[in-house]
Amino acid sequence: MQSFMDSFYQNFIEDHRYMYLVKGLGNTIAITFFALMIGIVLGFLVAIIRSSHDKMDHPGAAIKILNAICKVYLTVIRGTPTVVQIMIAAYVIFTGPNVPKLLIAVITFGINSGAYVAEIVRSGIMSINEGQMEAGRSLGMNYVQTMSSIIMPQAFKNVLPALANEFIVLLKETSICGYIGMMDLAKGGDIIRSVTWEPILPLLGVACIYLIMVCGLSALVGKLERRLRTSER
Amino acid sequence: MNDKKEKLSTDASDQGEVLIQVKDLRKQFGSNVVLDGISTDIRRGEVVVVIGPSGSGKSTFLRSLNLLEHPTSGQILFEGTDITAPDTDINIHRQKMGMVFQQFNLFPHMTVLKNITLAPVKTGKLSQEEADRKALELLNRVGLPDKADSYPDMLSGGQKQRIAIARAMAMEPDVMLFDEPTSALDPEMVGEVLSIMQELAKSGMTMVVVTHEMGFAREVGSRVLFIDQGRIQEENRPKEFFASPKNQRLKEFLSKVL
Repeated sequence: MQSFMDSFYQNFIEDHRYMYLVKGLGNTIAITFFALMIGIVLGFLVAIIRSSHDKMDHPGAAIKILNAICKVYLTVIRGTPTVVQIMIAAYVIFTGPNVPKLLIAVITFGINSGAYVAEIVRSGIMSINEGQMEAGRSLGMNYVQTMSSIIMPQAFKNVLPALANEFIVLLKETSICGYIGMMDLAKGGDIIRSVTWEPILPLLGVACIYLIMVCGLSALVGKLERRLRTSER
Repeated sequence: MNDKKEKLSTDASDQGEVLIQVKDLRKQFGSNVVLDGISTDIRRGEVVVVIGPSGSGKSTFLRSLNLLEHPTSGQILFEGTDITAPDTDINIHRQKMGMVFQQFNLFPHMTVLKNITLAPVKTGKLSQEEADRKALELLNRVGLPDKADSYPDMLSGGQKQRIAIARAMAMEPDVMLFDEPTSALDPEMVGEVLSIMQELAKSGMTMVVVTHEMGFAREVGSRVLFIDQGRIQEENRPKEFFASPKNQRLKEFLSKVL
């Protein structure tokens, strides 16, 4: 017990080492949150373009081009490892010395997550019976009105579990930020380990913090899911 | 019922203002010809019942009338406007053409009241308060005044279809299109839907009804069309239609369903 207390003191308290974790956690949460926002906006846009294109009998030139761009985006982002993407972003694209690492990470993870969100949301849109669109349109509502008040709310409810899963993956995947020299939660723990030469506590501590965040997120989504479900019975 | 008889006798198909004019309507899916040149006039106040074997094109014909299916060629004039023209804003015309589907297609994530008020409010036809009032009125009319706050999943098939009729009526359409409205219902629920439709017909609503309910065609219809192989093979007032069919295919069809 004594040795655990010593070890705890040495790893987290001495020289205010817990600040590595606090600052890292701050970065992890910031990256996840902003990437989530970008990912949702981008994902919904791409999903709507893709599914609208697929449902049209004779898509116009504009939507055809948009659809092609979306397809390339999905293929490239889902076909390459995120860690390679973030390194390309940091060392090939944003090479200027004044570009904040945080911004690079947010953009990379946002664009990356958007691709997965897009396919999840698209599957949700496609899962809604064609009769729902027909009913809306037969009442004289236009495509956008029908999409926003009839199709999307149902699609969103159907894909909520898959979306929650994507956000959990995103939260954990931000731990690769260390590759571009950013200090997120994982890197913070790793720095403590390299200073104290003591791997167990810092790394288990980091793992626990991730676990708590994921559990919290899952609980939150579960609550939302139940609320959406009860509104139907 | 006497009123009805009178209406039928004065409402011969050559009277009344033409509401929908269908001119040489054709529809092809690939090399499969579904509609092979259909022309007919639908007049205000008429109840046109469309019958025919499955795959005959009768549903496609009905769905073409509000452009849920785009015809390959031909014209549909609704209240004088060619709605098949590319520059026509179909949404405006669909607001005047109610549709009732075989599978009801109620919005499951909304209450019955919201189902009915959504379109009038979204299209700017009514304010939410006006739409609510109208919806309650319609719910009364279809005999479900206490279901306003229910969700569709809590209702029986017959109730769902009555709500679907109320939903279409909320837009105050000039014509109602029914696509096999009772085909997905348990037998004991068919009657409640048909009687709402009968009441609607009595009130003077123009209706086009695709159905297998020959009793309804005979009792309520002012004209019956028999569609087979993408064409109108025979059309007549119900009495003559059922009593003395001329077309050979119709004779065979009737001998199977009656």
